Amino acid sequence: MALIIDKTACTGCGSCLDACPFGALDLVEDKAQVNDNCTLCGTCVEVCPESALSLEDIQRAADERTATSRGVWVFAEQRDGVLPEVVAELLGQGGRLAADLGVELGAVLLGHGVEALAAELFAQGAQKVYLADDPRLAQFDDGIYAAVLARLIARERPEILLAGATALGRSLIPRVATAVATGLTADCTGLAIDPARRLLLQTRPAFGGNIMATIICPDARPQMATVRPRVMKKALPQPGATGELVRYDLDADLKPSTQVLEVVRAIGEQVNLTAAEVVVVGGRGLGGPEGFDLVRELAQALGGVVGATRGAVDAGWIGHAHQVGQTGRTIGPKLYIGLGVSGAVQHLVGMQSSDVIVAVNTDPNAPIFSVATYGIVGNLFAVVPAMLARLKELRG
Amino acid sequence: MKIIVCLKQVPDTASVKLDPVTHTLKREGVAAVINPFDLFALEAALQLRERVGGQILALTMGPPQAAEMLREAIGYGVDDGLLLSDRAFAGADTWATTAALAAGVRHLGGADLIVCGKQAVDGDTAQVGPGLAMRLGLPQVAFVKAIREAAADHLVVERQMDDGYEVVSLPLPGLITVVREIGEPRPPSLKGKMRAKKFEAPVAGAAALGLAEDQVGLRGSFTQVVEVFAPGAAGQREMLPGPAEAAGRAVIDRLVADKVILLGS
Repeated sequence: MALIIDKTACTGCGSCLDACPFGALDLVEDKAQVNDNCTLCGTCVEVCPESALSLEDIQRAADERTATSRGVWVFAEQRDGVLPEVVAELLGQGGRLAADLGVELGAVLLGHGVEALAAELFAQGAQKVYLADDPRLAQFDDGIYAAVLARLIARERPEILLAGATALGRSLIPRVATAVATGLTADCTGLAIDPARRLLLQTRPAFGGNIMATIICPDARPQMATVRPRVMKKALPQPGATGELVRYDLDADLKPSTQVLEVVRAIGEQVNLTAAEVVVVGGRGLGGPEGFDLVRELAQALGGVVGATRGAVDAGWIGHAHQVGQTGRTIGPKLYIGLGVSGAVQHLVGMQSSDVIVAVNTDPNAPIFSVATYGIVGNLFAVVPAMLARLKELRG
Repeated sequence: MKIIVCLKQVPDTASVKLDPVTHTLKREGVAAVINPFDLFALEAALQLRERVGGQILALTMGPPQAAEMLREAIGYGVDDGLLLSDRAFAGADTWATTAALAAGVRHLGGADLIVCGKQAVDGDTAQVGPGLAMRLGLPQVAFVKAIREAAADHLVVERQMDDGYEVVSLPLPGLITVVREIGEPRPPSLKGKMRAKKFEAPVAGAAALGLAEDQVGLRGSFTQVVEVFAPGAAGQREMLPGPAEAAGRAVIDRLVADKVILLGS
C-alpha cells in the first residue's frame, strides 16, 4: 500500500508539500517524494494540478454480509423515555435512503418501559420497530447496549445503521461497529446512496472542518454512520401510522458492565459553546458591554448561545466562559454569526470549521470576510435589527 | 495501578495560518504536537498515579517522528512508552487503528486502566477509545469529566452527557475517554525533562505485534475515502451589498433558503 508519484507528470510545483498535514512529502531533485510520515490520507492527491499523485488501489475480499444484508436501520436513542430530535431527523433521512434502495426502514429501540415510543417511531416513518425492553437496559451502559445491538444486527442483517452523533451515540456506536466488525463514519453531515454499487456515501468534515471527505464502506455490513444533529430533514409525521413491532428478548448471559449511580441533569443557563448549533459572537466592534444585548437578542431568536472574541473578553464586556478562539473554546456550529468581529487568526482557528459563517463588520478589509459564507460590510447596530425584524416576519 | 495512556501525534492547528487565496489552512513547516485532548488523558493518568500510586505507560501508533512525542510524554511524567510504527500501519481507519493499539496493549502486558482523550483534533471521530475497549473486551465509560473515586477494582467517574452528567461505577480493568473538565494539563516537570533527554522509545512493528499486513493500515480498514473536497467551495462566499437594512434582511433569507435557519420548528 503506497502513495504513487508519477515522476514524469510531477512538475515539482510543491502544492502537495504545502497541502500535506503530516510533512510527509519532500522535493528531491525537483520531484515530490514521500517519506515515512505518510498516513495515506489522500490530501495531496486532490491538490496536485498535474494529477501526478494517486493512492494504490487495493482489492479486498468482500465478506458475504454485503450480499445478504438488506434494510436501513435507525438507532432510536432515548433518555428517560424521551426521543431526542435527532431520531426524527435520522428517520427522515433513513426513509429517503431506504426508498432509494427499495428496502424497509427499521428503528431499534432499547430501554426499559419504552414500548410506548414505538408509536412515535412509526409516525415518523419507521416500518418496523425492533424493541429490546428489559430492566437491564434501564440505564445506559455501553457494554450491554452494544451487545444487544450487535446480536440484533447479526440476526436481522441490516445494510445500513444510522445513529445520532450525540454523547450517547458517539460513545456506544464505535463499540457496536467494532463488535460486529464493520466500518463506521463519525459525525456525517451528508448521506446519499450510490445506486450502482448499493453503497452509502458518507460525507463528513475532516481535519478540523478544513476539508470535507466522502467515505464508503464497500466490503462489510452494516455500513454505519453517526450523524450530526440538526443537519438532516425530518419526515412529515404521520400520526396513527403503524408498522410491525419485533420484540427482542435479551439473552440470560447479558448484564450491564457498568453501573449508573446518579443522573444529574444540567440546570439553569450555561454556556455550552462547543455543543451549540448556533453561536452568535460579539467582538470589539460592539463598542461596549451593552453591545452584547443585541448579540444576546439575536442568539435567543436563533436558539443559539453567545460567544465573544478575546478582545471583548479582555475589555471586560463579558465573561471568559464565552471566549472563542485559540485560548478559548474551539467551536464548529452549524451557524456562526460574527458581529463586530475582525477575525484575528487565533479567533479564526477557533471557529472556521463552522458550517456557515456570517460576518458583519464596518471594515471591508477585516480578515473574517475571507472565511465568511455571507459577509456584510455595515454597521451591526443597523444590520442586526433588520435581521431580527425579517426573522419575525418569516415566522409570522 | 497500571495505566496505559493512548496518545496521537497531530498537526499543530495553532501554528497554521490561513491561505488568503484558497481560504484553507496553510500547513507548511507543520509542527506536530500531542493531540490536545490526549493531554487531558495524560493529566488524568498523572492525577490517578498521585492518588493511588502505580505506573503510567504511553502508547501511540504513528510514523517514526512520533517517537519525539513519546519523549515529550516522558517529560510530563510518564514512566515508559511504546511506539507502534510500521509502513503497513499507514492509512488506518479507526478499525485498523484499534487492531494495532489492542496488540500494543497486549504487548505491554495489559493494564488496569486505559485512558484516551475524547477524540483527536485531526480526525475528530471519537471512535478509537470505545473501539479499543471492545477489542480488548473491557468495560468503558466515554467523555469522563471527573474521577470521584479510584480503587484497585473500580473507578467512580462522572460521564458528560448532552443533558448533564451521570455518575458511573466502572469495574477495572476498564477504559475511559476524558474531556477537558478532567483538569488543565500540568506543564512538564524538570525531572521529567531530564529523563526525556535520555529516553529512547521502544518501537514495535506489525510482525513484533503478531499482526498480519491485511489486519492493519489501509489494507485492514473497512472504510475508504473516495473524495476529498474543500467545504464552502468557490462561489459559496458572498458579500451582501446595500444599505444595512437590506443586507440584514437578505442574509436571513439566504440562511432560510439554505435551511441553516429552520422556520416553524
